[in-house]
Amino acid sequence: MEVKIKLNGKMIMESIEPDLLLLDFCRAHHCKSVKRGCETSNCGLCTVWFDGKPILSCNTLAARANGHEITTLEGLQEEAEEFGMFLAREGGEQCGFCNPGFIMNLLAMARELNDPSDDEIKEYLAGNLCRCTGFSSHMRAIHKWMEYRKEKQS
Amino acid sequence: MRRPDSLEPGKYVGQSIVKKDAKALVTGKPVYCDDLAPDDCLIIKILRSPHAHAMIRSIDTSKAKLVPGVECVLTYKDVPQHRFTQAGQTYLEASPYDRYILDQHIRCVGDEVAIVAADTEKAALKALKLIKVEYDILPAILDYREALDNEIIIHPEEDWSESDWSHGDNKRNCIYSEEMAVGDVDEIFKECDEVIEESYHTIQNQQSMMETFQTYCYMDTYGRLVIVSSTQVPFHVRRDMANALGIPKSKIRVIKPRIGGGFGAKQTAVCERFPAVVTWLTGKPSKIIYTREETMVIGSARHEMSVDVKLGAMKDGTIRAIEMNVLSNTGAYGEHGPTTIGLAGHKSIPLYGGKFEACRFIAHTVYSNQPSAGAFRGYGAPQGIFALESTVNLMAARLGIDPVTIREKNMLHEGELMPAYFNETANACALDQCMERCKEMIGWDEKYPSKVMPDGHIRSVGVAMAMQGSCISFVDEANVTIKINDDGFYSLLVGSTDMGTGSDTILAQMAADILECDVDDIVTFGVDTDTSPYDSGSYASSTTYLTGNAVVKACQKLRSNLIDRAAKDLECAKEEIEFDGKTFTSVKDGKEITLKDIANNMQGGLSGWQSVTEGGGSPVSPPPYMVGMVEIDLDPMTGKVIPLNYATCVDCGTVVNPNLATVQTEGGIMQGVGMALYENQSYNEKGNNRLRNFMQYKIPTRLDIPEISVDFRASYEPTGPFGAKSIGEIVINTPPPAIADAIFNATGVMLHELPMTPERVWRAMQEKKD
Repeated sequence: MEVKIKLNGKMIMESIEPDLLLLDFCRAHHCKSVKRGCETSNCGLCTVWFDGKPILSCNTLAARANGHEITTLEGLQEEAEEFGMFLAREGGEQCGFCNPGFIMNLLAMARELNDPSDDEIKEYLAGNLCRCTGFSSHMRAIHKWMEYRKEKQS
Repeated sequence: MRRPDSLEPGKYVGQSIVKKDAKALVTGKPVYCDDLAPDDCLIIKILRSPHAHAMIRSIDTSKAKLVPGVECVLTYKDVPQHRFTQAGQTYLEASPYDRYILDQHIRCVGDEVAIVAADTEKAALKALKLIKVEYDILPAILDYREALDNEIIIHPEEDWSESDWSHGDNKRNCIYSEEMAVGDVDEIFKECDEVIEESYHTIQNQQSMMETFQTYCYMDTYGRLVIVSSTQVPFHVRRDMANALGIPKSKIRVIKPRIGGGFGAKQTAVCERFPAVVTWLTGKPSKIIYTREETMVIGSARHEMSVDVKLGAMKDGTIRAIEMNVLSNTGAYGEHGPTTIGLAGHKSIPLYGGKFEACRFIAHTVYSNQPSAGAFRGYGAPQGIFALESTVNLMAARLGIDPVTIREKNMLHEGELMPAYFNETANACALDQCMERCKEMIGWDEKYPSKVMPDGHIRSVGVAMAMQGSCISFVDEANVTIKINDDGFYSLLVGSTDMGTGSDTILAQMAADILECDVDDIVTFGVDTDTSPYDSGSYASSTTYLTGNAVVKACQKLRSNLIDRAAKDLECAKEEIEFDGKTFTSVKDGKEITLKDIANNMQGGLSGWQSVTEGGGSPVSPPPYMVGMVEIDLDPMTGKVIPLNYATCVDCGTVVNPNLATVQTEGGIMQGVGMALYENQSYNEKGNNRLRNFMQYKIPTRLDIPEISVDFRASYEPTGPFGAKSIGEIVINTPPPAIADAIFNATGVMLHELPMTPERVWRAMQEKKD
């Protein structure tokens, strides 16, 4: 079937198999940041934005994105690096495999929630698994990054 | 300026340097196996057995081969038949050679029956469905406690072989036996005021690294097989695959890209043999990307163990004798089976190593018709430490002593001999300081043992100690090459595998301190078996210690070479040269030459000293130590345990990179909490894994973990690089016994089986009431 999908600002028109997953569509178009960790929508590694909202691309058909805008970490490099280096300064990026999905969801959170509490942060990001860190370093990085953003804005 | 042999930290050792690969990782760059695989790889899918024990009577692949796009369908009849092991262990390999690439004899559910390689995943999956297999189903051993001397023999084959020291016997379903004793154990037990005997059971755990097992292969210009794999053990993959294919090792090159986590899972070559054989036979590039389900069903989970502990003590709390009897379930194949089990005793008993008078350790590892176990962080120590530490906590209660006090009275101190640890001496041990600090961190004296909250929940605390090793003494080997390049930057070639821990970075920190250069002037490269010097790989907590030592040696040698060259150029004696990392100065006449000039000079002429390779093994494996204390909230109505706070203090020797060491600790604690409370691997009566994905097998999320606080009390390990020991594995060891102790302090019941689910806690509480 024919689809028209805007991927990181670039229009793609092509014929796809009807059962193609959005995850595989993204990876086939050089967006290798989109990772597959579980196939059962439990790990959050495949998180992308669908018209600006975070979704799991492993259980979304590419066909559903027809006429929509998809954003991956490749389309958010500056922001990814800004937060990412806060994470790295805590040693919290570790193996890195969960970083793209986690950062996609975190950047979505920053757009959606104003000054979230720790509980709200944890709840928003609960679907993003990480097996290396124990999550504490994520929290330290998020706090410092939010503080930095506040200062930058004021 | 440094003295030539100085091991004082310079600018970098001890600092929280950001990992060298950080920027690529946080911006999602294509650096992992599946990101790098060529687009035209054949896609490999595997047909797996639905039976726990069977013989293939017939297998018909004719229809499958007709599917458009299918390159080949391979069965046991089509692949080389050479016994090998997938375990990534250095010479003398300890695990038995008990596998073929594909075998007619099926030994567990999920065991491989046929390999399909096709142009697309769809074609491969379609072909899988068209393979017709008839099985002769055999009776299976699904309870490993019945395996020893069972009439069902899982490996009856005549070409089964093992290393010299395993003392296994495939005709008995046994791959390892050990009995070690120090002192007159039975006599000392008789003299003890109190003797308690307890039995524990720990189950398989999944490493659950976020990146599943994955490998791709291609043939190079010289007709050699190139294996690019997410592995912790590139050199062992080269050997294992050469053995499996029956080809010379010189025909194989293994490359490790970035790894998306390993935790020991990737110390076994779980999936490499499939693309290796497909590419070797077809000449075409191929790849296999395991699904999460495959990773869980046929990965390399932690060894299930039963541990019986007998502990003898006097009324004043003096522990006098310890006996442990361990049975380990290696599953259908023997990967790491002979070696994990030893840690249950050798890395738990020495915690009391300086004081007790006698100990005995008896160990057997047996086959069963469950999937093969493998290496997982801690490697047998978590099982033994859960059992021993829980028994010490029970002994403390029996004697009416605070569990911290009984440890303070009996724990290992620096300078003491460890008879149960191959008679090594604890040259660096701050376990006592760790205990003292941990008590403060959790507020032990105020919180022990428990208090009932207004809502009826119980708050309580628990404690455990742990140790591990740093490399495998007399076995592991690490080498590094350091090169000086033009303009004076360095290349550090390592064979150890950074699996996300940051080892490439901490090794560069060490190199930069010896060479007094900027850490950015050290380029760390690893791993490619064609160019990296030999390293047994990243496992057994060896990288910081052993590869670190190799870095120190190599950099000292290169530094000395540079000074030699500068002395020649400045026409003075070597001893008259001062080098600050950038400039060589002759103290005699103040003449100078820069590193840049020396480096460029060395690229011409006759010097030939640009690169140095140094390394070696170690006759000792200095243990890191730690104490973990947990505070829990227990709901007596449901048995649900919520870990609130986890305080831990670690002695890993000199802390090379505090941030990375802290994150190692926090991550290990989280995995230990998962092992203690949630991760409940189980098999049905047919040997089918019940928990096949993250929907069923629950690892901790950020909502499930306690507030973790980490501190360090650094001893100085005289044989380690800059005084460092290891950190990677020890950190998983304390949560199971500490949480069990907290549950005991809340309810009076000690759980003997992991995980400690609400149902188990609640049932145990009811049994106590009855």
